[in-house]
Amino acid sequence: MSKSDKLQIWTMVEIHQGKADSVSWELIGAARNAVALGVESGGCGIEYDVTAVVIGEHVQEIAKEAISYGADYVMLVDDANCGTYINEVYQHALFEMMEEHQPDIFLIGATTQGRDLASGMAAQLSAGLTADCTQMVIGPPKEDMPCLLMATRPAFSGNLMATIVCETARPQMATVRPHVFVALERDETRKGKIVEFEVKRPFVNDQVKILAQEFLAQATGGIEFADVIVAGGRGIGGKDGLVLLKELADVMGGKLAVTRACVDANWASHEIQVGLTGKTVNPALYIACGISGAVQHRVGMQNSQKIIAVNQDADAPIFSIADVGIVGNLFEVVPEMIAQVKAMKSGMGAK
Amino acid sequence: MRHFVVAVKQVPDTTNIRIDPETGSLIRKGVPSILNPYDAHAMAVAGAWKQKMDAKITVISMGPASNEASIRECFEMGADRGILISAREFAGADTLATSYVLWEVLKKIHAEEAIDVIFMGKQAIDGDTGQVGPQVGARLGWPTLTFVNEIVSMDDEQGLAVIRRTTEQYRETVEVKMPMLLTCQKEVAAIPYASLPMLMDAMTKEIEVWGFGDPVAFEREKVGLKGSPTKVFRSFTPELKQMGEVLPVEMELAEKVTTAFNKVNLEKLLGVKA
Ligand SMILES: Cc1cc2nc3c(=O)[nH]c(=O)nc-3n(C[C@H](O)[C@H](O)[C@H](O)COP(=O)(O)OP(=O)(O)OC[C@H]3O[C@@H](n4cnc5c(N)ncnc54)[C@H](O)[C@@H]3O)c2cc1C
Ligand SMILES: Nc1ncnc2c1ncn2[C@@H]1O[C@H](COP(=O)(O)O)[C@@H](O)[C@H]1O
Repeated sequence: MSKSDKLQIWTMVEIHQGKADSVSWELIGAARNAVALGVESGGCGIEYDVTAVVIGEHVQEIAKEAISYGADYVMLVDDANCGTYINEVYQHALFEMMEEHQPDIFLIGATTQGRDLASGMAAQLSAGLTADCTQMVIGPPKEDMPCLLMATRPAFSGNLMATIVCETARPQMATVRPHVFVALERDETRKGKIVEFEVKRPFVNDQVKILAQEFLAQATGGIEFADVIVAGGRGIGGKDGLVLLKELADVMGGKLAVTRACVDANWASHEIQVGLTGKTVNPALYIACGISGAVQHRVGMQNSQKIIAVNQDADAPIFSIADVGIVGNLFEVVPEMIAQVKAMKSGMGAK
Repeated sequence: MRHFVVAVKQVPDTTNIRIDPETGSLIRKGVPSILNPYDAHAMAVAGAWKQKMDAKITVISMGPASNEASIRECFEMGADRGILISAREFAGADTLATSYVLWEVLKKIHAEEAIDVIFMGKQAIDGDTGQVGPQVGARLGWPTLTFVNEIVSMDDEQGLAVIRRTTEQYRETVEVKMPMLLTCQKEVAAIPYASLPMLMDAMTKEIEVWGFGDPVAFEREKVGLKGSPTKVFRSFTPELKQMGEVLPVEMELAEKVTTAFNKVNLEKLLGVKA
């Protein structure tokens, strides 16, 4: 990878159990989209390369996958020391890469692991790091300014949006919220180059030992990490209603959540309560059933990417923040949903 | 004796925040400041372990003089020493500049009285970044674990701790060597009720104030606004989420569900996960 005039955008690939997390490919899509937006708004018609960083053990296939998802280059470290994520070890490899190649921009998923890795790297490189961004444009913020990453993120519990730039420190770093940006379609015919990066200093890790690691199926993790949430409110009428919602959550590979009204009524535990005095969630899809949409509930779920609301009261406030509202009895709507998801899945299996 | 340090931030209570719709700026008036909730739990777990072993707890906080209130709250939970890091130069710090100051302060404390464990919150609710903990950890070169939800054991003799943490994918049990840095979730420990003598003590205990040059010599260009590479270029109130579509009541049930699923692109969503 010759040091050229092209803008060098790097993205991190996050790997679990031998598979790349979907956010990894979203980052490549996000990078390309950010440049396109910059051009659209009259910005610089810059040339650029996207380089995906792959660190792990037995990850050659993932490196190829990165190219089919749109990376021009892959920086690969395939090493027995990197089989599981230990921040020190990964930072060590990344630091050497960054020193040698000095990218302009470095994007990392705003996951637990990504935040940790990005923070450590930013401290070591004295780089500026914007957390959890949901919008990105790469272009000159103002006339006579160079091409910069303009990263926008929610601040103060989503009450305010802030666009952050780093004028001088490099790389310009950002963690990017999962599920917000769209990955490119996978295309095996895409061309790119895989560069095996040789880590020079030896790896050391004698301070952290993972004693046990239980991989959580989507269904057993906490609701704050779920992609799909089916949530019930007082309208579910009791524990039986929850069984119905649980079934919908299960067929979708999602998680069950509730409002405080359900916790107060002892139908469910506080652990799955969403809202001001419960958890804050941002799944790709939130299905609210029998929930009125009180502000204390909304603050915990309004950042979900998509919201479907089911309520028999057409004036329920939940409809004002839903992408789609269904006015109706949840005991009729939810079984129909279950049936359609099942049909959808069996259809997919046949392909 | 073990030495624990808890780093705490005082934050505006974001649940009470209002935005001026005209200017798009925060209305801070009347918004109470509180001890960052995760930091309260970080302090609580340090306090709980102090009861099980011979330990001393030092609390540090960078911010204005009003941060004393949060430090006193930590005294109520068993902190022995409180240090407020406060100077005009520190104002406007982003996470990089904050972690630089905390790092210098921690090195100074460590040189005088070796630190075994640093406890922090998983994130501060005013910025929700969660960056300062791992940044300080990387600067120190100490093992750093984020999102800790249980401290299973601390072996005083060997300086080993066993920690549990949960991420999106894993439930992990990890053994770590002291000195270490942990960022805590709320489950790590419940907030204890303070006893009356502790309350009395907390009210009168002295808080040390460390300024810009004394006792730590900071590099001017690394602190505060000057030392912060990230700049807010512009801020605005988010567009209210587009009022979605409520499907016509007369539409047939099956069609309603199909339409709703199509609108949210469910097939793709489930397909990605398959
Ligand atoms: C300080 C404070 C903190 C709070 N924290 C939280 C919090 O963290 N989380 C939280 O959720 N709440 C919280 N609340 C409570 C909140 O104000 C609401 O009371 C609560 O969210 C209401 O829950 P709900 O929507 O389930 O119940 P309701 O408001 O009673 O709504 C039930 C809805 O179900 C609908 N319904 C009934 N039957 C059916 C049916 N068969 N089919 C379809 N729809 C049906 C009704 O039309 C109604 O809209 C808090 C309150 C306070 C004061
Ligand atoms: N000004 C500060 N003083 C002391 N500790 C802080 C300060 N800012 C952040 N921290 C610590 O770093 C954690 C993460 O903060 P943040 O990265 O801002 O989300 C907090 O929970 C605190 O433990």
